Amino acid sequence: MHYLDANATEPLRPLARDAMLAALDIVGNPSSVHTAGRAARRVMEDAREQLAARFGSRPGELVFTSGGTEADALAVHALGHGRCVLIGATEHDAIRAAAPDATVIPVLRTGVIDLDALAMQLAASGPALVCLMLANNETGTIQPIAEAARVCRAHGALLHVDAVQAAGRMPVDMTVLGAHSLAISSHKLGGPIGAGALVLAPDLSAILPLIRGGGQERGRRGGTPPVATIAGFAAAASVPAEASPLAALRDAAESRAIASGAIPIGVDAPRLGNTTCLALPGVRADRQVIAMDLAGVMISAGAACSSGKVGDSHVLAAMGLRALAGQAIRVSLPWNATEADIDAFGTAYARMADRMRAGLVPHAA
Amino acid sequence: MRVVVAMSGGVDSSAVAGLLHEAGHEVIGVTLQLYDHGVAVGRKGACCAGQDIHDARRVADRLGIAHYVIDAEARFAKAVIADFADSYAAGETPVPCIRCNQTVKFADLTEMARELGAERLATGHYVRRVDGADGAELHRAVDDARDQSWFLFATTQSQLDMCLFPLGDMPDKRAVRDVASRLGLAVADKPDSQDICFVPSGTYAEVVSKLRPDAMQPGEIVTTDGRVVGQHDGIARFTVGQGKRLGNAAMEGGARQMVVATDPATRRIVIGPRGMGTDSVRLRDTNWLIPHSSAPLRCAVKLRARDALRPAWVEMSEDGALVRLDTATMPAPGQACVLYDGERVLGGGIICRA
Repeated sequence: MHYLDANATEPLRPLARDAMLAALDIVGNPSSVHTAGRAARRVMEDAREQLAARFGSRPGELVFTSGGTEADALAVHALGHGRCVLIGATEHDAIRAAAPDATVIPVLRTGVIDLDALAMQLAASGPALVCLMLANNETGTIQPIAEAARVCRAHGALLHVDAVQAAGRMPVDMTVLGAHSLAISSHKLGGPIGAGALVLAPDLSAILPLIRGGGQERGRRGGTPPVATIAGFAAAASVPAEASPLAALRDAAESRAIASGAIPIGVDAPRLGNTTCLALPGVRADRQVIAMDLAGVMISAGAACSSGKVGDSHVLAAMGLRALAGQAIRVSLPWNATEADIDAFGTAYARMADRMRAGLVPHAA
Repeated sequence: MRVVVAMSGGVDSSAVAGLLHEAGHEVIGVTLQLYDHGVAVGRKGACCAGQDIHDARRVADRLGIAHYVIDAEARFAKAVIADFADSYAAGETPVPCIRCNQTVKFADLTEMARELGAERLATGHYVRRVDGADGAELHRAVDDARDQSWFLFATTQSQLDMCLFPLGDMPDKRAVRDVASRLGLAVADKPDSQDICFVPSGTYAEVVSKLRPDAMQPGEIVTTDGRVVGQHDGIARFTVGQGKRLGNAAMEGGARQMVVATDPATRRIVIGPRGMGTDSVRLRDTNWLIPHSSAPLRCAVKLRARDALRPAWVEMSEDGALVRLDTATMPAPGQACVLYDGERVLGGGIICRA
């Protein structure tokens, strides 16, 4: 089996697993005053310090959540209150669903946010919260966040950055980006599923919670934090994310697919080293995913609903693609991808493309 | 061999997946998402997938087979739901299950099965595939009470050649439930599905009025000689042969009346005394599972899903067929007329308006 769907979830990194196993035997609840509680609290606060340092923030400004979706929802809830919300056209559903009435900022055909449009939209709006993703989950497109941040500041707007796909795959620093908040997910960077964080700018760190509960996380997120999961999260995030070794493998996979008739999407803008989005004209994306899975290669397409059905991609539609928006798959290499995986992908893709496209003409009617 | 099984989440198709898996085949379960469940049950924000998709996935999990959900919503909305409403608006009484089998199920799934390198597409229908000299033949199920051959007449020869119907030989439904139970499938005792799948509340009139409000406009009830004897509340509520909903006109002239025709252009319902009928029925959208014959064909025809077989002569033509019944009756336009030679389905077509 060849797992090439890292943007859905990364395989657990061994050091994250080790950190979790060690933390799983700690008995205490980090809110308890006794010795056991303090032991649990220490593990959690160590993790908070490591993660805050990793993303250019301070420990008091990092709120643990259940994952990226909750971090995004908390940011929109807390920072969007009383503000007009603007979101990029290619944002993840975590943001789209949290801000259903938001103004949509268009993207250029390259997938990059239209900064001129953003400036005009901000000039016409009142106090605003802008939500942009650092790297796109379907195409890997990296947004010019620092430039967007300058536009936001010029108009007095707040900027929330969804860094869920970027963290662990490229340098991510709050200060460098100029963001007011940052959403991070553990399992997208090789940690366990079940933890995430919202990192806040110093002057915005006292926010209203979505879940009040017992006042944990300084009243910003109620509920007992999953200590072992958080320990694994921090351990996984400690892996350096500079210069990705995956780009060469990704390029090899992409070349093989292009040779079989694929059109790569989003190649005219900077993108994550592990991601390629490949359209096969005339062949439905769901059929491609099934055929590849039956050949032992796991990739994905578009936005899979909880039913598992694959719909057309709003990301590709926003980039001006029409039919191809329903005919593209996403290949995203995990941190442990090998040449054997790429070879298996190339072979399976070629066979799939031959069989599916051979069927196109007789079934055209 | 590699087999794609169309899994609805019900006990029948689940048992098929289980039987083929048990027989050692590489089974790939596929469930079609035909409509948005949340919209159908009128609950905003409900998941787009209903319980049936969940059940199908759990059966696949239990068996340890691959399973995929295919989005067929747009296709189903156009080929089946819109066609259903249009047919009513045209004064007919459609059979959406036939349209669905003809388009979304057999046409699309056999094509997909081929694309995925499968040799067969299996379904949980109660019909038999019999391999004859000229390819696969479609036969009635052993269990007469469950036979679904009438609904499958539009399956083309090339689709049929690709199909497997493992339940056609089952003695009864109990035997199918026993298979599911023996294989540990949670759906073994799931109730049978009822009515039309995309009309969960059973009020098809709501669906029609949403898509074709014109079919729900009031109009006149007239006699065959054109006398206005009453009012009705939409031609989509009437089927040729129907005696209900006629109000005071039901006993016109002292005799029990029934609908003998509908006229969508004037929104009129035409009634006549019970027992009226015709012995000549024209068919369109025909499908033949036998070679073309220029000579009239002697066979038995079935004009409704739950109707007796009626002896008839059938003349095939380029774009349809003419059926001459031995005994006159009142067929409903939009329903299917399916031709049988004993157990075998020879073909059939959709009944045209007279």
